[in-house]
Amino acid sequence: MTDQVTLAPERANTMPLENAVDYLKRKYPDAIKDDTRQGYSGVIVDRAHLVDVARTIRDELGFNYLSSATAVDYLGVEDSMEMVYHAYRIAGGSALVFKAQTARENAEVPSLIEIYPGADFQEREAYDLYGIQFPGHPNLKRILLWDGFDGHPMRKDWKEAYYEEETKPFDSRWPKGYVRRAEELNVFGKNVRYPADLDLSKLSDTSEQSLYSGMGLGVDVEGIEDEEGIHTDKLIVNLGPHHPSTHGVFRMVVTLEGETIVQLEPVMGYLHRNHEKIGERNAWNHNMPFTDRLDYISSMSNNLGYALAVEKLMAAGARYQPPTYRAEVIRVLMVELTRIVNHYWAIGFLLNDLGAFFTPALYAIAEREKILDFFEATAGSRMMCNYMRFQGIAKDLPERIRSVSNLVNDKLRDFNTLDYLTELINERIPRSIDELDRYLTDSEIIKERTIGVGYLPPEMAIAYSAAGPLLRASGVPYDVRRAEPYSIYPELDFDVSVRYNGDIYDRYLIRLDEMRESVRILKQILPRLERTKGESTYAGNKAIYMPRVPIGEAYGRVENPKGELGYYVVSQGDPKGPQNPWRYHVRAPSFINLTPLGAMCRGQKVADVVAILGSIDIVLGETDR
Amino acid sequence: MYGMGILKGLSVTLKHLVRTYVDDIKYAGRKYLRQENFEERQGLKADGAFTVMYPEEKLAVPERFRFVPFLVVEDADHPERAGEDWCTSCGICAKVCPPQCIWIVRGEDPVTKRPVPQPEAFFIDIDICMNCGYCAEFCPFDAIKMDHDYEMASYDRTKHHIHDKAKLSKPFSYWTSIAPTTAFEEARDRGGWEHPDIIKEFKKSGRTPTPVSEASSQANLNSAAFVAKQKADAEAAAVVAAAPKDASAPPAPVAEATPAVSASGEVSPEERKRRRDEALARKKAKADS
Repeated sequence: MTDQVTLAPERANTMPLENAVDYLKRKYPDAIKDDTRQGYSGVIVDRAHLVDVARTIRDELGFNYLSSATAVDYLGVEDSMEMVYHAYRIAGGSALVFKAQTARENAEVPSLIEIYPGADFQEREAYDLYGIQFPGHPNLKRILLWDGFDGHPMRKDWKEAYYEEETKPFDSRWPKGYVRRAEELNVFGKNVRYPADLDLSKLSDTSEQSLYSGMGLGVDVEGIEDEEGIHTDKLIVNLGPHHPSTHGVFRMVVTLEGETIVQLEPVMGYLHRNHEKIGERNAWNHNMPFTDRLDYISSMSNNLGYALAVEKLMAAGARYQPPTYRAEVIRVLMVELTRIVNHYWAIGFLLNDLGAFFTPALYAIAEREKILDFFEATAGSRMMCNYMRFQGIAKDLPERIRSVSNLVNDKLRDFNTLDYLTELINERIPRSIDELDRYLTDSEIIKERTIGVGYLPPEMAIAYSAAGPLLRASGVPYDVRRAEPYSIYPELDFDVSVRYNGDIYDRYLIRLDEMRESVRILKQILPRLERTKGESTYAGNKAIYMPRVPIGEAYGRVENPKGELGYYVVSQGDPKGPQNPWRYHVRAPSFINLTPLGAMCRGQKVADVVAILGSIDIVLGETDR
Repeated sequence: MYGMGILKGLSVTLKHLVRTYVDDIKYAGRKYLRQENFEERQGLKADGAFTVMYPEEKLAVPERFRFVPFLVVEDADHPERAGEDWCTSCGICAKVCPPQCIWIVRGEDPVTKRPVPQPEAFFIDIDICMNCGYCAEFCPFDAIKMDHDYEMASYDRTKHHIHDKAKLSKPFSYWTSIAPTTAFEEARDRGGWEHPDIIKEFKKSGRTPTPVSEASSQANLNSAAFVAKQKADAEAAAVVAAAPKDASAPPAPVAEATPAVSASGEVSPEERKRRRDEALARKKAKADS
């Protein structure tokens, strides 16, 4: 986290993308070359000039919003590593993609944190998982794994415990699938690696000490007196990881002076499972249910993002057919319902964090149940929906939301799906949003706790790559559904909600606004559902269980309820054999939205930290991945 | 005035509180007794507490609900293949399984060592299974299906959580009972209650199906028997449905099902028989030459 943030100039630049690239090439004739690999786009920047080029990209060309920065290991393809940056204009439009290559040994890419402070966590992640050094990064240490971890797991030559095979499907499953548990393997066998110089007797964990040493302790406070002549010691307090207000297992180490936050350092990774490594072992289709587990409140949106990213890649192939219109209609129906589900949850639990213990949350959850009932009848599961497929959706809406008695004491229900949806969208949801509004918005307690607290100015929000409600509550009307439209959003009539005060109260209000906009979209979806009834929901041959994905890269992003969710996927697969993603990166909004947390909390009271965190609305399944 | 906002909010809480009791009174003490009350409590018109009193009452799961898969086997009263697997051990489910929780030992002829279309063993580690439903979605023989029984807690995970073939196998009638609409749609899509390839394999193994099973499996789809069964199901559902208007409306698939068999481009039984006879004749000619 840098204290001094240099900000991009306000001047809007509307130079088209091609001209912008030409401009770059003219300005840095030696440092820039086109990425000419098959299926790739953007430019490759000589890493010695990366900082200068990035500054030009931001200041002169206006690409001031760094959406994603991630690493790729091309072991066996080019034997190099690569940092890939996707920069956008906050006014909308497509990305300027630039890359910096480095050797695999002593990998090093200059840090862009001065130009894009939002690269902070993403560079730390790349260092943690790929071992790329970022000279210029002020706090370059592991972020998801612990300090004693051996190796950098996303490198292609790193093998995990219980490692079986490079890619799924595993040969041991068929045709001679004699079952065994992975844990029955000797855990100290060849699947576990230790550093060469490991001496168990001398093993000590220094990660805590190094963490605390950066927190401003050890400063001689004897000499420091405030104007009233009171000595105040600084104090370190650990908030979390086991604390309900952190919405999971998230830890904040705060230095306090009295009750005021001097410094806050987020510590995460307690739920880390290396989702991306799993994703690279998986075949393309396998990843869909895994995306459900990222932001488990809004699995439908996660599905859509992944489907869009892979469809972008597949579009280069011969057999690709875009999803049918009805599939798109149902996709939008699902993701907008998901947005409502997520915001019910976010508002309910923000109130929990403010001390209104569970009454508002349960009122919101009760309404959410009605939507989940529909998800369950359609997709088969309330939360882990796994509903989207490449080129379509899994199954059309059922005729009736009808249950079947199977267990003792089962009670049945039977509704017509369209009637159910119509009533849900036209009556039930708007009524409950109004009720939440009436219940909470004017409450003086909430206003006093939230107005002016956790302020995030708009230019900081952009610089820190904040996304979603967090960004829009700071007065930046940036929404991927409008900035770079996907699916059928261009033909739908809705507004991008925006609030201007950038505090917790506005982040609460914007969620109400967005729910109302979602209802507005859903009302336009209903007649489209009627009109397309009976049409196909899947384009192409649905029986293909291992889809072929042409070589190339793609970045697909959607406006998730929590912010911009992006998938960066690279295919290097043999076009004839079984295929797996070479790179599967998730740009998780919950993760990147935490970058400005420290800045937002500085100077606030310790009780406000919980509320500020609640207003960002994180899910640890996505933060830690 | 300071405090008005809080009072306004508390009025909502009060309304919720009162509504819960009004709701109780409305059901006149029979809130938890009658099926239609349950449907109303859990529907969109619900007003009061939405709690389900598990395990005295349970929310029945919808047809598409998916939980740990099971293997479809023929019913015990099947004329000739009672209890036999639909699975041909082709391995697609094991390959498409994202967490790789399916283990299949492909059947083998003891003499010729050639694969036979029956799994010798089949395991699912339910601790690994993520209930995604891919196996059921991509099985070309409709032989693996997602179950509805979610009450699977046990005292020892090491003993009970790897399901073998005996534990996984459930009769086809179980599938039609937990998912009647889906089962019918699948049968329609494959052109008969029994998969044509299974009948083919059955013949290949040297046994001849009685005309009953082959013919009836085709005919059943169009027959009045199925429609009648669906109607009965619909009426059973209508009994539990609160609104009387639903009683007259059978589940929609029935209405569209009969024409769809021929309209969906499926080959008619006669056509299929003719093609098979032709193929057999060609094969015989080849063998003779």
